[in-house]
Amino acid sequence: MVQYVTPSLDLSFAALSDATRRGIIDHLGRADASITSLAEKFRMTLTGMKKHVAVLERAGFVMTEKVGRVRTCRLGQGGLAAEAEWIEAHRKLFEARFDALDQVILEMKQEQDDGSANG
Amino acid sequence: MDQQTGSHAAAQNRTVVERKGDRELVVTRVFDALPSTVFAAWSRPELFRQWWMPKSVTGVSLLSCDMDVRTGGKYSLEFGAGDQTMTFYGKYLEVIPNVRIVWTNDEGDEGAVTTVTFEEHGGKTLLTFHELYPSREALEEAMTGSAAGLPEQMDQLEELLSGKA
Repeated sequence: MVQYVTPSLDLSFAALSDATRRGIIDHLGRADASITSLAEKFRMTLTGMKKHVAVLERAGFVMTEKVGRVRTCRLGQGGLAAEAEWIEAHRKLFEARFDALDQVILEMKQEQDDGSANG
Repeated sequence: MDQQTGSHAAAQNRTVVERKGDRELVVTRVFDALPSTVFAAWSRPELFRQWWMPKSVTGVSLLSCDMDVRTGGKYSLEFGAGDQTMTFYGKYLEVIPNVRIVWTNDEGDEGAVTTVTFEEHGGKTLLTFHELYPSREALEEAMTGSAAGLPEQMDQLEELLSGKA
């Protein structure tokens, strides 16, 4: 079975799959920041932060601009973010739902076991 | 090529959400029980209402839950968040016990048709929740309209992702 997922969505998923990258988006939502200050804030090397920012940039979540020696990052404006947001919101809802369903199923199985043990 | 695929992730009891094509949303998860048990948890209102909208996570209460789970039957779910209520309703297009439930979502103009299937794999159940929208526009409308239309459980995430906190 061939699955069709738009390339842009793949990028969005990849970008949002990492807690640090979600943290970067959260941080940039409050204020623009340089790569250097982001690296300090998230306690990682400049090289590591550049990689994270590049992933976010490819997915359209972040835009960067180099002025002099400083590369400044800000939130992107693309429609991609809305789509990824919607998918992520669904994932979060269904994860909560299905964790609760797991509990209900566990209780049902225990009742079934009790029933067969007693009867 | 080591990217996690849907089926691989589902095998690890993970909830996987994918958009397929222009009109479809697919959610999969594996449950450690036979399809008959999982189907019962979906089709008996007293069980369904225990998990469909977990209030501790979503902040939304399921106020009432009427479900006549058989082909041609109807359902009506009333939710409450704060002082607002919203009713979701539709009818079951097809119900095959322990195999499949198909229902309409009639509260909007261009609602999706939802199909849930239960497949046994080695004593476990692969559950697939599938929403098919009538058009690409309807799916995109659902996406862009979600900020206004979805209840407040999404607010926190939305703030995080949009940076408008």
